[in-house]
Formats: sequence, structure tokens, C-alpha cells
Amino acid sequence: MTATLRAEGVSKSFGGLQALADCSLTAQAGRITGLIGPNGSGKTTLFNAITGYERIDSGQVYLDEQRITGASPQRVFSLGVGRTFQLTRIFPRLTVLENMLVPANRGRSTREHRERAMDLLAFTGIASHARALAGTLSYGQRKLLELAYVLVADPAVVLLDEPAGGVNPSLIHHITDRIRELNAAGRTFLIVEHNMEFVMGLCHQVTVLDSGSVVASGPPEVIRTDPRVLDAYLGTEADDA
Amino acid sequence: MAGTRHAPRLRSRTFSGLGAAVLIAVIAVFPLVFTNPTATNFGVITLIFLAVASAWNIFSGFSGYLSLGHAVFYGTGAYFLAVAAKDWHLTGSAVFWLLPLAGAVAALIAVPLGLVALRVRRHTFVVITIAFFFIAQLSASNLAVTGGSSGLLLPVPNWTSATFNNPFYYVALIIAAGTVALSVLIRRSRFGLQLRAIRDDEDRAAGLGVRAMPVKLTALVLSAFITGMAGALWVYFIGEAFPQFVFDPLFDLAVVLMAFFGGLGTVAGPVLGALILEPAQMYLNLQQSNGYESEILFGALFLVVILFLPRGVLPTAGEWLTPGRMRRLRDGWLAWRARRTAHPPVPPAEGTPS
Amino acid sequence: MASEISRAIAAGILGGSVYALMAVGLTLTFGVLDIINVAQGIFVVLGAYLSYALSVHLHLDLLLGLLITVPAMFIIGLVIYWLFIRPLRGAERTSMTLLACFAVALIIEGVLYREFGSGYVSLNAWYTSASVHIFDFYLADIYLIGFGLAAVAFAAIYLILYRTTFGRAVRATMQNRVAARLIGIDVNRVSALTFGIGTAVTAIGGMVYGAISGGFTPNSGYDLISRLLAIVILAGLGSVGGALVAAIFMTTAEALVDIWQPDWAVAVFYLALVIILTFRPAGIFGQRAVRAQ
Repeated sequence: MTATLRAEGVSKSFGGLQALADCSLTAQAGRITGLIGPNGSGKTTLFNAITGYERIDSGQVYLDEQRITGASPQRVFSLGVGRTFQLTRIFPRLTVLENMLVPANRGRSTREHRERAMDLLAFTGIASHARALAGTLSYGQRKLLELAYVLVADPAVVLLDEPAGGVNPSLIHHITDRIRELNAAGRTFLIVEHNMEFVMGLCHQVTVLDSGSVVASGPPEVIRTDPRVLDAYLGTEADDA
Repeated sequence: MAGTRHAPRLRSRTFSGLGAAVLIAVIAVFPLVFTNPTATNFGVITLIFLAVASAWNIFSGFSGYLSLGHAVFYGTGAYFLAVAAKDWHLTGSAVFWLLPLAGAVAALIAVPLGLVALRVRRHTFVVITIAFFFIAQLSASNLAVTGGSSGLLLPVPNWTSATFNNPFYYVALIIAAGTVALSVLIRRSRFGLQLRAIRDDEDRAAGLGVRAMPVKLTALVLSAFITGMAGALWVYFIGEAFPQFVFDPLFDLAVVLMAFFGGLGTVAGPVLGALILEPAQMYLNLQQSNGYESEILFGALFLVVILFLPRGVLPTAGEWLTPGRMRRLRDGWLAWRARRTAHPPVPPAEGTPS
Repeated sequence: MASEISRAIAAGILGGSVYALMAVGLTLTFGVLDIINVAQGIFVVLGAYLSYALSVHLHLDLLLGLLITVPAMFIIGLVIYWLFIRPLRGAERTSMTLLACFAVALIIEGVLYREFGSGYVSLNAWYTSASVHIFDFYLADIYLIGFGLAAVAFAAIYLILYRTTFGRAVRATMQNRVAARLIGIDVNRVSALTFGIGTAVTAIGGMVYGAISGGFTPNSGYDLISRLLAIVILAGLGSVGGALVAAIFMTTAEALVDIWQPDWAVAVFYLALVIILTFRPAGIFGQRAVRAQ
């Protein structure tokens, strides 16, 4: 179960601010693509645009050959694209297990749904908290829960927004291993991250965003030494207001 | 946030099932034991409010959309019954068959109201329910079919005055029990899970495939159906329908307070809230000749609940009774029992001088 | 007929300005504190009763009485905020504060019943009965005075919001509460003072309402709050200019409908609200996204 996600010429402005400017990016089927860039470069906006949380001004988004531009979040999800959020969005007053059962159940029986949910909780390592209220989880545990319930619907493409943000190093290893396992099964990943070690060590392909457009794209070793990338990070920091 | 706080395990399923059965049995024999009409009067009204509070909770408690306009459904059901009983010349127990119909009418108007109101933010939703309430009250006061501001009278059944209240009581009991049962079913169902997810984070839930509008609307329609039936029963019991009476701004507040008091979003919460607060309110109304005393007390109680028991009595008690405390209570009980068996009070032996 | 229409329009605009003032208090409170103060209606009635008490017991002129009632209501607002609103936090904060405001309203209503009874009272002064001749109709002086007061109050609010440091803090908090706190704004103080201002304007509104309405009781609070809410939601929560426009528009519309259908006139408010919300859930001038939690 895999697919290619492609954004072509996507532009989005908020009032006077051009968040995305003719942005084009491809997340190849079965590969892990990293999306990096300085703060404010438009990474989360791009995620929102792809998954239907923001309307775009121009451009197209494709899932394999199917155009999904402007599709609602529900539709995008039902087509097999899952995403997590930078600030974890879980259901705090539901138990961890109940959180897992919220995503639409695709034709499975309740018992199968439940078993799959528990399997995924075990996979991410938080099965022991199944009956706890999600609001009591630590930050790192919430990240794992988000990862888990995004996987419930068996998405072909998974968008992760800063999965390693604010998480302790041992947990980062855990997350990296899980992502590799899921990718080995064929899933496409598009990951936004600031943690360079994480990105360079995990991704097959890295795309760099600056001020709403792509400045570089290629394998990690190449990107690491690309002067444009360094410029994007260091240059913009100087005139960051 | 270290440590895991589990969903309250205070009530296991068998315990609550047993408890519910006992409660229903007690409520069922209540009029046979307390035959005083005042007592059964209390009983009827309390059961009606129990149904309404539970119905309100099915929508507002689970979805998080606070409705302050449920009086619209209550009043619609009430007026429908009043008009229908008159036009179709029904009296006595026959009128009870109109109840589900009244509920259906209320459920029907819930659809357009919901379609408009459920698309807005929660703040705005509350206000729009208030607006609907005032439109309803205004309509009832000015339309001929509802008798305008002089209202309508209902046919009075000619049952013996001693047990006059009893048929109303048992019908109310059926409605109330049915509502609570429905609450339990919803709470355990996927539908209920979706509602509660909507309450926590509607956009996220939508992004995960939950179809928010149909789910919310269904909850509203169910809630309206029951509330409409309750309103119809109430107006038949009272015998008359006046706009200010039927569409009373304090109605929704009373219902909200009951649900909050017991525990918003739980099944037993509204039940507890109604069982405690409604008789208390009626008692106060009997004691005080001035309406304002009860208003002030009501408002004060509300503030107390909001400020100090925001999750309601039951959840707070459930949390207070942590496994640690429960163990201590149980140990204390066992210790007390052990002391009694070791040194039972000795009765004087036969024949020996005391 | 023409003179009736002109009169209705004039009364609508002048009277609407006073409603606008009270509505602005409500919308500012929403913008800064993110709560809907449903007690605003009863605050107006309270202001009216305070003016009444001063006028009847101390024989103080209504306008002079404002010098007392405005600060008094301001302080009452501060106290209520501090005791009942500030302590509320958590996930259910929006519902809780709304209900808390309702509870406060109930208590105030009960107290007013106790102190003043349920009979109709009204505010009287020489300018409530004397009228001025405009074009071809007569309008009680109080309309012009009310308009004048509202204008002065609006000017004061404008100056505060746009010419003082406090005002800047208010606007910053309205835009982004968290960011405001981060740059050192004492958000609690700003909230308390804003709530107080929202209540203080009801002293003015109450006095004018008491004089124009021809009679009020503690029960009048419901009618008032429903109109104010309709105005504020129609305009879009948080939009001050919008509240002004909406208030004048709706009051004028009601006055016009009143000529032909007095029973249904007040329905104008609710129907307008429902219609607008069906097509623009955020209100006419509302900027916040629909269902943004």
C-alpha cells in the first residue's frame, strides 16, 4: 500500500504575507522525504494545504495520478493520507484506546478494529496506557499516540509534522525505528523536522523550503553541503524580524 | 503530567447495572408507598426533569455544544399536544398516545434549527439557541393557533383525585428510564465516541473521518424527541399552556445546572442532578412565596458548582475515591468487622447470674 | 405615514447609538476575555435601577447621577470579574464562564426583585417628557441626550483604545492573548479593566434605556440581553465598528417594523440574526474562522 504525493506550483498568501510561492515538491512512493527550512518558511502551511486544512490560491496537489487539490481533510484522510500536528492534537478526555478508535473504521468489525488499535499501541510502545485518559500522557507519549492513530486507517502516505520536536533522545531513536519499519512495508513518508541528525539519518530525500518556495532538493549528503541551504538558514536568520 | 489518571473505575458494570435496577424498583413503588398527592406531584415533575436533563446531556454533554434553547423543543411538544388534544377531541389515557407524536414534531423542527446552528462556533451556537428560544416564545405569544398570550387549556382527565397523579407518574418513569437506557447505549457506542471526539477537538475528529454534522444533528434530533415528549407530558399534567410558562428562560438553566451538578457528559450525572435538585427547587418554591429567593439561591448554587465542582459531583467524587482511598475505606471496614467477630458482644449465658 | 417613518428612523439611529454603546462593551469583553457576558442585559437594568434609586431617594438629576453610577458599575464589574470569572480555567472555560455570567445575572435579578419589587418603574426628568421638533415629528429630548452621551462615551473609548498604552495593551490582547502575555502585558489586569469598562457603559445605557423604555422591571434584562447578543453576533464577535453599525441598523429596522406590526417588531432582531448566520456563520464583520476551537 503506497502512493506518491506531489505538490505542483502551490501558492498561498495570508493577507499580505506570501506563505507559499509556487512551491513544488514530490514525496516518492515508498520513500521517506524530509522537509526542512527555517522558521516561517511555510512547511506547516504546505502540510495544511496538502491535507485540506487550508485553501490554496493556486497550484495542484496529486496523490499518484489523482488530483486532490482542495479536498476536505476528511476526504484526504479517506484517500489514504494521514498527518500529525506540530502541537499534538489528541482527544484529551477520551482514553488512549478510545483515541485510537475515533478514526473511521474501514469495513472492519468492532473487535478487529479494537485489536488493530491495541496492536498499534503496542507497536508504538504505549499499550500499557490504553485505559488512561489521553490528557494525562506526557508530551512524548502524545506524539506516539498521534503516530499510532494516524496509522489506524492504514494510510499509504504519512505526513509527520515535527515528530521529534521536544522529545528526549531515546524516544527519538524509538520513533526513528518505527518509521523505518513502517516505511519498509512500503509507506511513503513526508516529514517536517528541525532536528538535522534525525532528518539526515532517516530520509532518502530532503527538500529545503525557504520563504515559501523550494530552494533545493536531493539526497541528504548533497543537501547538507549545498550553499543555498546554508544561506537559507543563516541568511534569513539575519533579517528575521 | 506524571502518573496516569485512569477513567474512574468507581463503578464496575455489574455494580451500576445492579444499582440501576434497585433504583428503578424503588422509583416504581414510590407512589404505592407515598400516596400523598404532593409527593407524587414531586415525583412526576422530578422524573420529567430527569428525562429532560438526560436528553439534554445526550446532545450537549456529549458533544460539548451547550444548548440554552432546549425549551424550544419542550414547548413545541407541549403546544403540539395541547392543540392536538383539543382538535382531535382526545381525553384521558388516549392523550398519552400523542406523546411520541409530540416528540416527533419537536425532532422535526430540530433538523432545520440544527442545520443552521451547528455550523457556527460554540460561543455563537449558545447565543443562536437563545435567539431561537426568544423567537419561539414570541411566536407562542402572538400566533392564534397557540392561543396567543392567553394560552390554551388542556382536557382534564376524570380520574379519581387520590391516584390522579399515578398514570402521569408511570408514563414519566417509562420515558425517564428509556432516556437513561438510551444514554447508556450511546455512551458505549461508536456514535457516542464520535460525539465525544467532536467535543474534544472537532476539526481533528473531522480530519480523521468523523462526519461531524450528521453526528451532531442526530444527537440533537434524539435529544429534541425526548424533550418534546417530556414537554407534552408536562403540559398535560399541568393542564394549561401559557407562553411564558412553557417557554421559560429558567428552564434551560435548571436543566443545565442539573447536568453540570451531577457531572456533564456522564450518564448518571444528569440523573443524580435531577433527583437532587428538582425536588429541592420545588420544595423551596413551596416554602418561599417570593420567587426571587429561589432565583438568588439558584444562581448562587450554580456559581458554587461552577467554581468548586466544575466537573460535577459524580466525577469529582469518582476521582476523590482513588484506589488508595478505596483501599483505606475497605481496610477500615474489614478491620471493624474483624474486631466484631473476634469480640462479639456476648449475650448472658443461660442460667448464669448476670 | 412619512413622518412616522422619519420618526422611526431618527429614533432608531439615536436610540441605536445607545444600544451600540452597550453592545460595544459586550464585544470588547469578548475580544479581550474570550467570553460572552450574558449578564450585560441585567447590568443595564441594574444601572437603570441605580439611576432610579438616586433620582427617587436622593433627588439627584439623572445626568448628575451618572457621575456616581458609572464608577459604581465599573467597580461592580471589576469585583464580579475577580470573584467569578478569573478563577475559571481549563478545557470547558468558555461554557463555564457563560454559565457563571448567567448565574450572576440571576442573582442580580433576584436582588433587584427583592429591593424594588416586580412593578414597572421608569426614569423621569424634564428631558424625558419634553420633546424637540424635528422636521415633521416630535422626539423626546432624551433621545438626543442619549445620543450625545453615547457619542461622548464612544469618543472616550476610541481615545483609550488608540491613544493610550492601556488601549494598546487591550488591542494586543484582543489579537493574541498568549503573545501579549509573552511581551509583558498583564493580561489579568487588562481583562479586569476591560470587563469593568464593559460594565461601566451599561450605567449610561441603563439610564437612557430607563428613560426611553417607558417602564422597566428586573425582568427586562432578558429582552435587553437578547437584543445585545443578536447585535454582537450579527456584527461578528469582536468587531467594535460592526457592533455600532449593526446596533443602529437593527434598532432602526425594529422601529420601522413597529409601525405596522408592533407585536412582531422585536422579532426583527432574531430573524436578522438567524438569516445572517445561515449565510455567514462568523457574522458580517467577523474574522475568526468558523469552528476554530
